Amino acid sequence: MGELKTEKHVEYILSVEKRKDDFVSVVMEHLRLNGAYWGLTTLDILGKLEAVDQDEVVSWVMQCQHKSGGFGGNIGHDPHLLYTLSAIQVLALFDKIEVLDIEKVSNYIAGLQNEDGSFSGDMWGEVDTRFSYIAICSLALLHQLDKINVEKAVKYILSCQNLDGGFGCTPGAESHAGQIFCCVGALAITGSLHHVDEDLLGWWLCERQVKSGGLNGRPEKLPDVCYSWWVLSSLIMIDRVHWIDKEKLVKFILDCQKMVEFQIGQTMLLMSSTPTLELPVFHFLNIQD
Amino acid sequence: MHGIYRKTPSQDEQEASALKAIELRDLQSQFLHLHHNKIYTKEALETSAKLLEVNPEHYTGWNYRKLAVQHFLNHQSETEADSESIQSVLNEELKVVENALKKNFKSYGAWYHRKWVLSKGHSSTDNELRLLVKFQKLDSRNFNAWNYRRFITMLKKISDEEELQYTTDMIYDNFSNYSAWHNRSVLLSHLFEKRGERQSHKESVLEEEFEFVRNALFTDPDDQSGWFYHLWLLDQTVKLEPFLLSSWPPHGSSRSVDYLDGRNLFPSMHSLSKDRMFPLVLYFSEPVEGVNSSTVTIECEYYANEDVIWRPLSANKFGFSQVWFTYLNLPDEVHSLKDCHVKVFVAQFPDIVSSSGFSCSQTSHIVFSLCVPSHDREHAEGQTVPRFSWKDKEFYSHATQSHDASLLRSLHQLKIAEESKSKAASDWSMKIISNEIAHCRELLSSTNCKIGKLTLARLLMAQNKLISYGIPNDGIEVHYEEILGLYHDLMKLDPVHICCYEDESSLVLLKQVTSSMESILRYCYQYGDSTSPRMYPCLCLRLNGLSLSQIGSVERLLWIQMLDLSHNKIRSIEGLEALQLLSCLNLSNNKICSFTALEPLRSLKSLKVLNISYNEIGAHAVNTRRYLCSSPMTHTVENDWNFKEFTNSGVKLTNHWDVFFIFRDLNLIQLDIMGNAVVNDQLKSFLFKLMPSLKWLDGENRN
Repeated sequence: MGELKTEKHVEYILSVEKRKDDFVSVVMEHLRLNGAYWGLTTLDILGKLEAVDQDEVVSWVMQCQHKSGGFGGNIGHDPHLLYTLSAIQVLALFDKIEVLDIEKVSNYIAGLQNEDGSFSGDMWGEVDTRFSYIAICSLALLHQLDKINVEKAVKYILSCQNLDGGFGCTPGAESHAGQIFCCVGALAITGSLHHVDEDLLGWWLCERQVKSGGLNGRPEKLPDVCYSWWVLSSLIMIDRVHWIDKEKLVKFILDCQKMVEFQIGQTMLLMSSTPTLELPVFHFLNIQD
Repeated sequence: MHGIYRKTPSQDEQEASALKAIELRDLQSQFLHLHHNKIYTKEALETSAKLLEVNPEHYTGWNYRKLAVQHFLNHQSETEADSESIQSVLNEELKVVENALKKNFKSYGAWYHRKWVLSKGHSSTDNELRLLVKFQKLDSRNFNAWNYRRFITMLKKISDEEELQYTTDMIYDNFSNYSAWHNRSVLLSHLFEKRGERQSHKESVLEEEFEFVRNALFTDPDDQSGWFYHLWLLDQTVKLEPFLLSSWPPHGSSRSVDYLDGRNLFPSMHSLSKDRMFPLVLYFSEPVEGVNSSTVTIECEYYANEDVIWRPLSANKFGFSQVWFTYLNLPDEVHSLKDCHVKVFVAQFPDIVSSSGFSCSQTSHIVFSLCVPSHDREHAEGQTVPRFSWKDKEFYSHATQSHDASLLRSLHQLKIAEESKSKAASDWSMKIISNEIAHCRELLSSTNCKIGKLTLARLLMAQNKLISYGIPNDGIEVHYEEILGLYHDLMKLDPVHICCYEDESSLVLLKQVTSSMESILRYCYQYGDSTSPRMYPCLCLRLNGLSLSQIGSVERLLWIQMLDLSHNKIRSIEGLEALQLLSCLNLSNNKICSFTALEPLRSLKSLKVLNISYNEIGAHAVNTRRYLCSSPMTHTVENDWNFKEFTNSGVKLTNHWDVFFIFRDLNLIQLDIMGNAVVNDQLKSFLFKLMPSLKWLDGENRN
């Protein structure tokens, strides 16, 4: 079947970390903190986290913090929940949560909860269930969940539950694997998974596996390695992961890898979304168990 | 962005790219400078517009533009509000968004900026609708566009009916439009809610929808969109009033009290407590709420109804549960009761409501009588507890034994009491289901469509459910073999999803097994023969070796005291919590992956003998039942644990919190856990400490 080319993946991630000036890096400069989370977590799973300079990374992360307590995607960028979670996650990876002013960050996050329990991404008010997950996950990591109204947060998430068992970004929005991951994750953390119809959602999710073995994000769409993460994690949380064919998925992921192994020095990605590398590694290791 | 396949760039391409990178980097740092210094001149705004055109994902750029607009508006309020100049400023924003969307029409930042501008109330919503139609023609699955459409239609107060027509047009344009079907289901749900009680209107709409989706299904049976919509329509069709499905004790029964402490089977148990508690269980057709001493009343000489507390056994949606129970305690002064009559009136008031919003309008009643054997107070001191064995040779097919009348009577509750069948059950539902079955068969006669087969299997099971509720069905009988055959075909046709089909067909198999007294008796055995001193006065249901992966039809199994589910493929025991009399349970040789999967056992106060040997506990890195378990870690269970007595037990409690959580409230006499990766001597001695009543662990006596 092939195997996970661990060394190459590590090389690639470290090279991305060094690279800041090519076009792709510049265009994605505003979400570098997200990329840092995905890359560092992958290194950690592969047991290679010590390959990066921890102090340098931590110092850079803290420079991304805004005076409001939230974090921007890079130095000088505006604060937003998306990057605040990544910052907390990266610090947690290095066991350095203590460098944070926990009260300040928690207040920033809690301050973004709206009357109906939803969360805005930042002061400009965009509401999305992704932000509910981010807020709940962040505060859970900081042990500050009691700063928000958990019951209302759960109620809002459930208001985004669709008739096919899935979840959308706002009430009435179509089910999408990424949103489902966020909602199921938030419900899992808050102990509210019993509101989910595991069979109905499980079936919708397992139907994401197409003939090639890969997973798509919603019906009649193309498969993409990033959905291995969103769909697989969701299935694991509701104990329906046995409803997909793990071997076929692993083969699909390893096939996606084929391209990368020859082009490490270049910006060669089969699917260019940032979670690309994290997933194959994480899921390969878990599926193999 | 997905699906972008990049080829190795040529030398020229690389050079051009490096140049682009430098340009963009300069633009971005220039922009940040303007932003941090709050510079909102015309040139500054142009810079930001240029940036967003090249890189619409640069979210700080959108923030800056909002700040610039705010800056302008604040300035305006100092002079006269010039609505024309406000409009032109906002139009400029809309132009920037349009340019950005051209670059990436999935950009969250761009769409939100547009929404933000429209919320100011100065812009034309008609323009927006036109723009949306254009976008949706280009990509009908763009959910950002659909979400924005929802926002605009709300602003414009466009009716659900009009929007419904829009989805109709889109679907006629292209049947494979899951987004349009999804929106349709949302709009119709709203409309159904608004109409409220007018069931007849809902019925005619659903009939039309079935016809509408049939076009899609017949045109392209392999496209999933229509089938998911069809599943939703089916769900709407079988929504009925909830009613009482079964109970324990069953209506019309007369038997000895079944004590929760299991002393009937294990006489040594009752020395553990002075209580003589027994359970009452109500099993409803749907998850309901509102079961309490007002809606369910008990009439009995010895109990004051107001003191009875009903609890849900497995609460799901906001406290709704299919199973409700209460424990009653025989009062001390009762020594021997012959025929104590108990009447339970269920749904005295229509306050028992299902999660679909239907209320239980019919009152049903259960009448049973209990007797207390006069010797039940005697202590069975000094009695050694023999080890319970699950071996084949211990079990005798009931047919070879003479049974006493009570055994047969105990099986009577397989028949649902006539009075509790729902009179409000719908003939219309039956008509629609039968119709859909016919259409599905027609489709399958010309294509071997996977979801079509699955839908047919589900339709047949839905029909079966309605028949079991007593809805007239013109003599159509359920043929379980056909349904099981369909799942068998599916496992061959679509092996990727084999476990999904196994799970669904386990439920079908169990329905078949419990469908009649003849059928279930084939699986009933007596433990020990009539000459053996170890004979237990109850039947054991032996469902071993049936490839079952999950448990179902529990409403017909409330009488069970002994259950053998060994040598199956069970990963979850959800449903078992309703079997309040269960004393002996064999789950060996299954696929149970964690202790958290055993959570339902915490509700079984009668459980004494448990075999979970040869499962997969401790064999997997990832615990897939972890978040489905209502543990203290997920803030759902009070943490009143007293660890002190266990700190020197040799086990790291943080690693075995799940063992503590599951076993500390169980009073097992016998436990078998060998053959699980997690088992070691420390764990075993921990278990002995945790359960003082435990006499046998993996065949070893406590002493």
